[in-house]
Amino acid sequence: MTTATVNSKGVGTPTTRIYGALAIVALGWVLLGGLFFTPEDVVQGDAVRIMYVHVPTAWVAYLAFIVTGIASACWLIGKKHSLGFDRVAGASAEVGVVFMAMTLLSGSLWGRITWGTYWVWDPRLTTTAFLFVTYVGYLAVRGLGGSPEQRARRSSVIALLAVLEIPLVHFSVVLWRSLHQQASVLSPDGDIKMDGLMLFTLLFGVFGFSVLFAWLVSHRQRIMAMQDALQTNALDAAVSERLREAQV
Amino acid sequence: MSMSVSRVARAVAAKDLRIELRTRVVTNQVLPFSGLVMIMFAFALDSDDVLQRVAGGLVWLATLFSMFILVQRTFAVETYDGALDSLRVAGVQPQGIFLGKSLALFIELLVLEVVLFISAVVLYRVSVGGLGAVLLVTCVLCATAGLAFVGTLYGGLTAGARGRETLLPLLLLPVVAPVLICATRATESAFESGGVTVGEGWAWVAVLATFACVFGLGGLLSFGSLIEE
Amino acid sequence: MNHAGFIIATYGVTFGAVIGLAAYAIKQGRELSRKVPDKDKPWT
Repeated sequence: MTTATVNSKGVGTPTTRIYGALAIVALGWVLLGGLFFTPEDVVQGDAVRIMYVHVPTAWVAYLAFIVTGIASACWLIGKKHSLGFDRVAGASAEVGVVFMAMTLLSGSLWGRITWGTYWVWDPRLTTTAFLFVTYVGYLAVRGLGGSPEQRARRSSVIALLAVLEIPLVHFSVVLWRSLHQQASVLSPDGDIKMDGLMLFTLLFGVFGFSVLFAWLVSHRQRIMAMQDALQTNALDAAVSERLREAQV
Repeated sequence: MSMSVSRVARAVAAKDLRIELRTRVVTNQVLPFSGLVMIMFAFALDSDDVLQRVAGGLVWLATLFSMFILVQRTFAVETYDGALDSLRVAGVQPQGIFLGKSLALFIELLVLEVVLFISAVVLYRVSVGGLGAVLLVTCVLCATAGLAFVGTLYGGLTAGARGRETLLPLLLLPVVAPVLICATRATESAFESGGVTVGEGWAWVAVLATFACVFGLGGLLSFGSLIEE
Repeated sequence: MNHAGFIIATYGVTFGAVIGLAAYAIKQGRELSRKVPDKDKPWT
């Protein structure tokens, strides 16, 4: 059996190639500049170098979950229930979970150097950890199986419930910690005196990781679109096969 | 002809509770399990002072662990012979199903918590004063309402899914973390353990009430699309 | 460099994860776009 269709088109488009090129340039600078060219900090010394990856990854992780929430709401509200929104939500959550894991790891290594401990029960840290676990659960729900529509319905509700849950978690952790003696920690972003090059590297890092996020989400959501198409095509083929059998 | 939401809720709750009374799984398995957990905590912590100090937290932890079993049971009953599907096909309002299953879960959890608090008094030697009892009862009612709502919500979501036994705790634990924090602190105030006063507990109860309202509303709005196929 | 181990570990993990994620996306994208007909690729 021959098919008339050609499968020549790839995932990349001119836009994603621009994202990719920008990300490579910016992140290459962060790697070299962050590790070698920038000066050490007066207070933190070389430990400040962790900031150039920690702050941008944290920013992207939060951005990813905001995108997931908005895309889920768009899927739910939209009259056509376009699966594109659902795929963007899922792709964004996948990237967000990875970035959140990197943030937690680099943050705890940084904390070990500056605070002398890997972890403090600070509301921001605790909420971040809960955000991570919540979206791991969200991805597990996406993996439950069923049709793409079923997946979209379940996961959009879960994403919006997570939007309700996270403020409640944050608020109760703040209330919880306020009763205990505040851990006197040196705020990692606070006491750094930044010169021009350091600020430039940090902002360029935020830019670089953000375009990388855009690249990853575009690619991942197209991959999901193809996976959904494969599943639907296989189902259609099976149905028409059955119909042909029935006619014989 | 369609029944009103409250009639559906009462019918579903009555059905669930009747099933639990007949099969006696709660009384014969879940309650002994949670009692055992309380004894195991005493083995692990091994000090009367520590136990008295952390009694509130242990009661709520044991409640959460037992809740997973209860939630799984209440939806296993529904998916076993496709009961949820037939309810849906029959055009029963999902809000009614949600409220009914929440109500049944609420009552089962209350029974469980009464047993757990009695065992805390007996095993961990905590005591409650008059004002403390008022705080404790309010706290238990608000916290249990919240737990029942989220339990039903996420239980309905994972009903019928493969691997739901492991997925449910993963989804539920982060969500119920505020309940664990707030209910534990309020209970410690009611027990006056660690030098806290009864008055300090009411702020936590306010958070618990907010939690119950938020997820009650969220459940009413979303339960229909969660159980829909 | 002080704390070189911690700093290099941070950069290693971050850039390693990022490159791994991107490489996986490219590989999976290539495999799938060979199997899926062009009409199911609305972005092209």
